[in-house]
Amino acid sequence: MGVPLVEIAGLTVDFGNDWRSRAVDGVDLAIAPGEALGVVGESGSGKSVTWLAALGLLPARARVGGSVRLEGQQLVGAPARLLESVRGKRIAMIFQDPSSCLNPVHRIGRQLGEALKLHRGLSGAAGEAETLRLLDQVGIADAKRRLSDYPHQLSGGLNQRVMIAMALAGQPDLLVADEPTTALDATIQAQILALLAGIRRDTGMALVLISHDLGVVAENVSRVAVMYAGRLVEEGLGQDLFDAPRHPYTQGLLAALPTLTGPRRRLAAIPGTVPEPGKAPAGCSFAPRCPLAEPRCMSEPPASRRVGLLHRAACHLQIEPGFSAGALPRAAE
Amino acid sequence: MTLLEATDLRRHYKVRAGRGPFGAKATLRAVDGVSLKIEAGRTLGLVGESGCGKSTTGKLVLGLIAATAGTVRYAGNDMPPTGSAAWRALRPRMQMVYQDPLGALDRRLPVGVQIMEPLAIHGQASPAERRERAAEVMTAVGLQRHQFDRYPHELSGGQRQRVVLARALMTEPDLLVCDEPISALDVSIQAQVVNLLLDLQDRLGIAYLFISHDLRVVRQVSHEVAVMYLGRIVEQGEAESLFAQPTHPYTRALVSAIPVLGPRRERLLLQGDPPNPVDVPSGCAFHTRCPFAVATCRAEAPVLQPTADGRQVACHRADEPALQVAA
Ligand SMILES: Nc1ncnc2c1ncn2[C@@H]1O[C@H](COP(=O)(O)OP(=O)(O)OP(=O)(O)O)[C@@H](O)[C@H]1O
Ligand SMILES: Nc1ncnc2c1ncn2[C@@H]1O[C@H](COP(=O)(O)OP(=O)(O)OP(=O)(O)O)[C@@H](O)[C@H]1O
Ligand SMILES: [Mg+2]
Ligand SMILES: [Mg+2]
Repeated sequence: MGVPLVEIAGLTVDFGNDWRSRAVDGVDLAIAPGEALGVVGESGSGKSVTWLAALGLLPARARVGGSVRLEGQQLVGAPARLLESVRGKRIAMIFQDPSSCLNPVHRIGRQLGEALKLHRGLSGAAGEAETLRLLDQVGIADAKRRLSDYPHQLSGGLNQRVMIAMALAGQPDLLVADEPTTALDATIQAQILALLAGIRRDTGMALVLISHDLGVVAENVSRVAVMYAGRLVEEGLGQDLFDAPRHPYTQGLLAALPTLTGPRRRLAAIPGTVPEPGKAPAGCSFAPRCPLAEPRCMSEPPASRRVGLLHRAACHLQIEPGFSAGALPRAAE
Repeated sequence: MTLLEATDLRRHYKVRAGRGPFGAKATLRAVDGVSLKIEAGRTLGLVGESGCGKSTTGKLVLGLIAATAGTVRYAGNDMPPTGSAAWRALRPRMQMVYQDPLGALDRRLPVGVQIMEPLAIHGQASPAERRERAAEVMTAVGLQRHQFDRYPHELSGGQRQRVVLARALMTEPDLLVCDEPISALDVSIQAQVVNLLLDLQDRLGIAYLFISHDLRVVRQVSHEVAVMYLGRIVEQGEAESLFAQPTHPYTRALVSAIPVLGPRRERLLLQGDPPNPVDVPSGCAFHTRCPFAVATCRAEAPVLQPTADGRQVACHRADEPALQVAA
């Protein structure tokens, strides 16, 4: 990788006082200009918080450590003025929940108009024309009439597309899309993902795609990072990682995916849950649920190791490609 | 036993067609003649294009919003009017899991209090029992006890979604309308929640109306699946066969667009713009984007009809063998 656009190093986020309940626990991640990176992982593993921390969007009581550099410029602890000039313009985020982004008391036309004014200095007729173009681009029929709708008058997927339009309004260098298509059916989802790919081709925008939909990730990014309990447990090129996952968590995750054909069987959830705060082992946080865990897994944190070309995993065991911990017989759920 | 039967449900909104306060009025047909039936202890999956009226249908069948026309019968009786005492008495028996968790939760209250709320409102159980039950349900959906005192914005997206589900399960309802209940969950927790819903169905005979864009999960949980397009059901049938052999061209496009992990399959891409619900195309509402449309499709609206293999399909050309080959 050449000079990264964004480089995250040793990022930590604490909400409480106990280091064992860190929301983000030492994440290292670099994104090259124009690259598309997928982030998958356990619900609650710190995928959203990582990027909220990078953009200075966490509540004041959150303590953020480590570094996030945008073309060399430090964002952690940066002055509010700098962060304001980065957010939306250099790095835009599509938020996971519409309610945390769209204001319920303002019409969507006005909300988009404000974003255009702020990031691109467009207002009046030019602003309105661009607003319409953006809504049209995200596949909203009858965009003109929709301008005067309030968020509650839109369906879940319409709101999601308004947020996507809003994030694209600033023509960012990096788009962090946090579950951007969960409220869209497969056909419109495909259309939106094709739109993002087109924009990336035309402008060189980089993309971080956070998603639970492994198919969406596999089809739309080149590199994938897997998070578990605040840490990056595996990282690699999409096809390698999905074809031959090397971390037992990734293997368990893939084994839980329901099939589209064949008889329906009971789904295989990974047994157990993430450790309660303060009860995490000193070693690997997946160890208590891992079918392969050895004594040292509980006591020594595994370092991230190279397991193949551009493929890394944080696991003490040398798991061969093709072997699946997810296929092992397991204790009753 | 038929638990829920909705007949010809409609919900229309008056909207402004133009801009400004004097813009002309128009009618948006969010739901336009939906009939469906759910047997006790069974699951009907509801899928379809974003904005086609799934959430509106879910709210209509529970009487959470009033219908413009149509009827709902619940357990053999007419659904009491929204807000009436009889309706409120039924509420603990039928619950809703809302699509937007953050919008459905009160930001000023700890989530534990909100999970206990359905029992508190309906005056069921003592405070200690409510707490005990909330802890149980939280564990079942994969939340942890220490999250009881968190506020909604202090949880991750998937944790909030499980709070909304836990709240709806508190009263052990007979009917649960789940509107995108698993969209924010990783596939392992998704599997846990799906298994839980199926176990509860086995044990308590809960019926589900399961709305989701995740077609793998819909296939996994549903007995029957209904596919909506622009306010109407265009295809309905048994879950496995519907996904294996979709008949309506919209269903085919939908199924072929499902993202996959392995090599991509052949895709049926839709042409044209998504439709405008205020200005529904004449004839079959799908004809503007349908690769198989002929003159009849532009003129006459097809009605749902049984096909040879027991499916219900609203398509003029559903039974043509040529079409099967073309797909
Ligand atoms: N404001 C906050 N106060 C306390 N804890 C928080 C706060 N925000 C997030 N957390 C916790 O931090 C952890 C990481 O949250 P994050 O939202 O990053 O998860 P995620 O990986 O995005 O999960 P999901 O897939 O469910 O959205 C979670 O356990 C969450 O409960
Ligand atoms: N209160 C309202 N006022 C005006 N229009 C509304 C209102 N509620 C819903 N609509 C419109 O009704 C249509 C159907 O919305 P609904 O939320 O039922 O769609 P949906 O199928 O659930 O979509 P999604 O998959 O995106 O959640 C949309 O065009 C929406 O904008
Ligand atoms: Mg998240
Ligand atoms: Mg909806």
